[in-house]
Amino acid sequence: MKTAVETAVLQRLRQAGAERFKALGWPTTRIEEWKYTSLAALAKMQWSAAIPGGEAPVLTNSMVGVAAVEMLFVNGHFHSMQGEPPRGISVSNLAAAADSDVVEQHLGRYADLERSAMTALNAANIEDGAVIVAGERVPFEGFIHLIFAGSGDGVWSHPRNLIVAGRGSQLTVVESFVGTGAYFTNSVTEIVAADGAVVDHYKIGCESATAYHVGSVHYHQERASSVTSRNVVAGGALVRNDITGILAGEGASLTLEGLFVITGQQHADNHTLIDHVSPRCESHEIYKGILDESARGIFDGRIIVRPNAQKTVSRQENRNLLLSEKAVVDSKPTLEIHNDDVKCNHGSTIGQLDEEAMFYLRSRGIDEEDARTLLVLAFASELVNRMKIEPVREQVRRALFRQMPERLPEQREKGR
Amino acid sequence: MSLLEIKNLTAGIEGKEILKGLSLSVGAGEVHALMGPNGSGKSTLANVLAGRPRYEVTGGSVTYEGRNLLEMAPEARAREGVFLAMQYPVEIPGVNNTYFLKAALNAMRKHRGEEELDAIEFLQLARQKMKVVGFDESFMNRGVNEGFSGGEKKRNEIFQMAVLDPKLAILDETDSGLDIDALRIVAEGVNTLRSEKHAVLVITHYQRLLQYLVPDFVHVLSNGRIVKSGGKELAEELEQKGYEWLETEVATAR
Repeated sequence: MKTAVETAVLQRLRQAGAERFKALGWPTTRIEEWKYTSLAALAKMQWSAAIPGGEAPVLTNSMVGVAAVEMLFVNGHFHSMQGEPPRGISVSNLAAAADSDVVEQHLGRYADLERSAMTALNAANIEDGAVIVAGERVPFEGFIHLIFAGSGDGVWSHPRNLIVAGRGSQLTVVESFVGTGAYFTNSVTEIVAADGAVVDHYKIGCESATAYHVGSVHYHQERASSVTSRNVVAGGALVRNDITGILAGEGASLTLEGLFVITGQQHADNHTLIDHVSPRCESHEIYKGILDESARGIFDGRIIVRPNAQKTVSRQENRNLLLSEKAVVDSKPTLEIHNDDVKCNHGSTIGQLDEEAMFYLRSRGIDEEDARTLLVLAFASELVNRMKIEPVREQVRRALFRQMPERLPEQREKGR
Repeated sequence: MSLLEIKNLTAGIEGKEILKGLSLSVGAGEVHALMGPNGSGKSTLANVLAGRPRYEVTGGSVTYEGRNLLEMAPEARAREGVFLAMQYPVEIPGVNNTYFLKAALNAMRKHRGEEELDAIEFLQLARQKMKVVGFDESFMNRGVNEGFSGGEKKRNEIFQMAVLDPKLAILDETDSGLDIDALRIVAEGVNTLRSEKHAVLVITHYQRLLQYLVPDFVHVLSNGRIVKSGGKELAEELEQKGYEWLETEVATAR
């Protein structure tokens, strides 16, 4: 492993981030985009970075042997890497690759620290993360797994990832967030899909029940590229995700799928923004929420169709299942269309479990709790089943069971 | 003792009384047909027997194997051997047909103190029963009733019935919307269930199903009450004369 290379790029980002965060300060609920999510509790805390070289946590989500490469970051510090990337794929940590052309060219170009205080905060504290590059026309069938483990109360980390899929390449990256304690993870991932590239990106959020997570993912898509984003929230005391897709090149397509499964006092806020800049692009978005007990969920999905983006096709759907009378969800789909030649539709539903389906299952001898389990899983399975990596599906299912121990008694043991 | 004993049952939905003092006795080994015009209370009876929520029982009693059926949860009724083939089976995308039916069967076996079936044993049983109802195996890998046609949904009901092997099967207008082939298959499915241990209550508007599925008893339901009972010839009489003559007859008798 190379030692950290201090480069002009990182220094610039750090400085710009620090200045900008100083000017913006922590977001407050007076800002429209943060209306439902208060970071007041975080802002009051005295956070500090962990000392590098701590012991590796016990991982239950490792996919070593299945993933081509698995990288582990502990409290933001690079810990270890297992496996070998195939030819044409390069995987390294940011601190080691900071002087590379790719980092020079792309880092900080898509995540705008001028507009986002949390991105500025990430930049100000930039330390490490993953840098993954797929060479031109490299069809990588496997996947790369990045684990970000947080541990310790009052510890923050600011993982910073850069993923670049070259022309006509194929690349799958899974980001997993786990941990123990009341830590705070503030991650930023920038993903570039060059002409014709196919990118599958997973963000699996299983943070500890007392942890805070703020994270943004930025997809930048060139001509005829195709990106699928799968975002799962199944942990954390407070989670805020900002997923942004810029359809910059003609004929690009973007799929955003999200599933948040929360309970207790958990708070999950998912903001998505799809920006149709060029003509003949497609976006398909579906976000589903399952909320139990006093959980609080937000889906804010904004789609912009620019004047130049003729022949845009865009579909957006948000469906939420409330399992308790105390659970609350806000669904806010927004379409901004600036030309006439588009096909867009969006829909949003909030509901309880289907009474007819419950009765049907019970009338065949399945008891009420098990029937509820089956229907909750059925609601989630539409999205889970579309995940292409079996161990990921399995992890998501397990996370789901962990989130719903009261509702899913029969499955509880299997989930552990 | 009858398997099912309904006495003076009054019940309805959303405050509206539909069954107005219905009495019916069904013994093991018997096939009863319950006929009547729309709105006479046929489906209400089926739903009350299966325990569908929102239906309220306001009076009378239903005894099944000597126990108060009305006090039992829907799943408890099912485990004791009551099966309702529904008029409008619901689609449940995301719940796999095989998984669902195996879970249902094993819930019953567990209840009876029997060993649960593993995946292979279940599949063997399911395949055998599929033949009876001409149910294609590809349906098993789909969501429960997901994307099924009306006829396929009804067949699935009969298939489930064949697998679960209930003591009391209630068929709520299973014949409606079926073509003649499907009708024959449904009837055959029910006929294979016929034995001295099983009882069947066939609820229907038309007589045509009863050509293939000959009942031991026929009852005519009108305005929430059974107004006439007889043998299989009563069904034929109804087919010829319609329901109106009966209603007139009842009115005259009052």
